[in-house]
Amino acid sequence: MTGEGTGEDQSGQPAAPLPPPSIGGESVDGPRHRRDDEDPRPDDAQTDVEIAENGAQLQRAGAPPSVVGSAEPLAVTILDEAPPVSGAGSIALGTPGKKVRIGDRIFHGLAAGSGGFIVILIGLVAAFLIAKAVPSIADDKSNFLFSRTWDVDGATLRFGILDMLWVTVLISLVAMVIAVPIAIGIALFITHYAPKRLAKPVAYIVDLLAAIPSIIYGIWGIIVLAPKLEPVQRVLYHLGGFHLFKDENVSLGTIFNGGVVLAIMILPIVTAIGRDVFERTPTQNIEAAWALGATRWEMIRLAVLPYGRPGLISGSMLGLGRALGETIAVMLILSKRGNGAPFSFSIFNGGETFASKIANNAAEFNDPKRTGAFIAAGLVLFVLTFAVNAAARSVVSRRKEFS
Amino acid sequence: MTTITALSAAPGHGLRKVKNNVATVLVTLAFGVALIPLVWLLWTVISKGYHALTRNGWFTEDVGTRTFRNPGGGALHAIIGTLEQVALCSVISVPIALMVGIYLVEYGRGPLAKATTFMVDILSGVPSIVAALFIYAVFITTFHGQRSGWLVSLALVLLMIPVIVRTTEEMLKLVPNELREASYALGVPKWKTIARIVVPTALTGIITGIVLGIARVAGETAPLLILVGYTDNTNGNLFSDGFQGSLPGMINAQVSNIGNSRSFTGQPIHNYAVDRMWGAALTLIIIVMGLNLIARFLGRFSKVS
Repeated sequence: MTGEGTGEDQSGQPAAPLPPPSIGGESVDGPRHRRDDEDPRPDDAQTDVEIAENGAQLQRAGAPPSVVGSAEPLAVTILDEAPPVSGAGSIALGTPGKKVRIGDRIFHGLAAGSGGFIVILIGLVAAFLIAKAVPSIADDKSNFLFSRTWDVDGATLRFGILDMLWVTVLISLVAMVIAVPIAIGIALFITHYAPKRLAKPVAYIVDLLAAIPSIIYGIWGIIVLAPKLEPVQRVLYHLGGFHLFKDENVSLGTIFNGGVVLAIMILPIVTAIGRDVFERTPTQNIEAAWALGATRWEMIRLAVLPYGRPGLISGSMLGLGRALGETIAVMLILSKRGNGAPFSFSIFNGGETFASKIANNAAEFNDPKRTGAFIAAGLVLFVLTFAVNAAARSVVSRRKEFS
Repeated sequence: MTTITALSAAPGHGLRKVKNNVATVLVTLAFGVALIPLVWLLWTVISKGYHALTRNGWFTEDVGTRTFRNPGGGALHAIIGTLEQVALCSVISVPIALMVGIYLVEYGRGPLAKATTFMVDILSGVPSIVAALFIYAVFITTFHGQRSGWLVSLALVLLMIPVIVRTTEEMLKLVPNELREASYALGVPKWKTIARIVVPTALTGIITGIVLGIARVAGETAPLLILVGYTDNTNGNLFSDGFQGSLPGMINAQVSNIGNSRSFTGQPIHNYAVDRMWGAALTLIIIVMGLNLIARFLGRFSKVS
C-alpha cells in the first residue's frame, strides 16, 4: 500500500528510496505535514528545505495534496487490520458444552426472528392494503388515478384520487416552503451562532415542538392560529394575479393555514437532521474558510452548506414524508369541499388530503366495497410516503459511506 | 484557487459585512420564529385548560351524559382508555423492538440485517392512518372482528417499534467492546453476555427510548378514529366490542361542539364542552411532555454515551 501511494506522488524521481519500515513513520509524517499546510507561517520555506535534504521526503514536500491523499488510505488500512469484531470472540472461546450452544442458538433465533418480523410486517402492510383495495378499484366506474369525483355511497363506486393528491401535495409543499428555510436557520444558529452554553437548551426547545400531539396542533391551529392568519391571507389575495393566491371565500380552513401548522410540526424533524450534518462539517473545511478571510456567513456558504446539502435534502424529505401522512391536525383545520366543486389552484381553498379524507369518513366504514375505496386511498398514501422516505434514507446512507 | 482570489480581491468590503450581519440577524430570527408557536400553543392550552383540570372530579369522573350545556365532568374514562391502550401497545412493542435492536447491533450482518435496517426506517415513516388502515384490513375486513380498544394498541405497535429500535441500537453501539470481550474471555456464552452485560450497561438509554416511544404513541389520534368508537362513559375493558374513551378521542369528540353557544331557549350560554376539550388537551400535554422530560432526565444517568 505504501509503495503504491508514494508511486502516485512521484514527479519523475524513482519512488524506490522509501524503505519498508516507513509505514509507521509515514503515518506520523502525514498529520505533521497537513498541519504545516493549514498553518502557513513565514518560516515554512525553511522546513521545506530541511525536508528536501532527505531524498524520499522531497517528493512529498513538493506535492502536499497528494501527501494528504496517500496518508489517509493508510490510516484506513491500519484500522481495517484490527477491527474489534464483537461476534468473533464467542465462537472462538465459547465453551463446548451443548446447553450453551442451544442458548445461543435460541437467542440468535429470537433476535433474527424479530428482525425478520419487521421485514415481514412491512410486506404484510403492503399485501393487505393491496388485497383490500384491488376489488374496489376494479369496481371503480371512473378512473382511479385521474378522476376528481369521490362517490362511494351509492350502489356504483365512482372514485378517483386526483383531488386528494393535489391537496396533499400542495399542503405539504406549503409546509416545506415555510419550514425548510427556518429549520436551516435554526440548525445554523445551534451549530455555528449560539454560544456553546445556549446551544443545548435551544436544541431541546425545538425538540419539544415534536413532543406536542398532533391533535393539539389541530385544535390550536383552527381555533387560535387561523383567525390570526386571516390578515396575512388578505394581503396575499391582493398580491393578485396568481392563481395560487386566489380568494376562494374560505376564511379559516384553508390549505395555507393547514400548511403553516404542518410547517411547525415538521420543523423539529428537519432541524434535527440539519443540526446533525452541520455539526459534522470537517474542521479543516471550516478553518480553511476562516484562513481565506471569510466572514461567518461566507464560511457557512463555503464550508458548511455544501457539506450539509445531502443531509438537508434527506431531512427535508423526511419532513415531507411526515407532512404527507399527517392526519388529525389537517383534518381539523381544512374545511371540506363539495363533491362537484370546481378545481382551483389556490392555497386559500379548502379540501381533503388522503389522510384527512380517510379519517373524516372512518365512522362510515361498513361494507367492504366502500371501505376498500378508502383503503385504496391509504395504499396510495403508503406508496407515496414509502417512496419519499426510501429516497431520503438512500441519500443519508450514501453520505454515511463517505464520512 | 478561484475562491481564494475571489475572496481576497472581493470589492466592497462593506457589502460583505452587511451580508454577514443580515445573515446573523436572519439566523437568530429563525430561532425566535420557532419559539413563537411553542410558547403560544402552550400558553393557549394551559390558560384555557387549567380551570377544567383543577376542578374537583376531573380525575375521578367521566363526562357521562353531560352536553355542552352541562358543567362538570372529568376525563377519567379518557385517561383509563389511553393508559390501557398504551400499556398493551408497550407490552407488545418493547420485547420485539429490543430484540430487533440487539439483532442489528450484536448479530446484524448479511442481507437480513440490511433489510431490517431499511424496513425500520420505512416503518418510522409509515403514517399513523396507514397503520390503522392495515389493522382494520386485517382484523375487521378479513377476520370480521369488531372495533375495540386492543386494535388501537396493535396499530400503535407499528408506530412505537421504530422509535425504540432506533434508540436501543444507538445505545448498544455505545457499549464498549472491551466489556463484551472481557465477558467472552471468562467463557460466558454470547447470549448471556448480551443479556447480562451489554443490555444492563445500556439499560438507562434503552428505557429512555421506551419512554420516548410511549410519548410518541400516547397522543396518536388517527388509529382511534378508525379502530374504536369514542364514548363519554368509562369503559375499562380493552377487549369489549365497540367503544372506549381516550384523551385524543375526547378532544376530537368535543371539537364538533365548538360552535354551540345557545341554550334551549336561544340564550347565549357558556360552552362547557370546549372547557373540557382544553382540559383534555392539557392533560394529554402533561402526560406526553412529562414523559419526554422523564426520558431526558433518565438520559443523564446513562452509563454509556
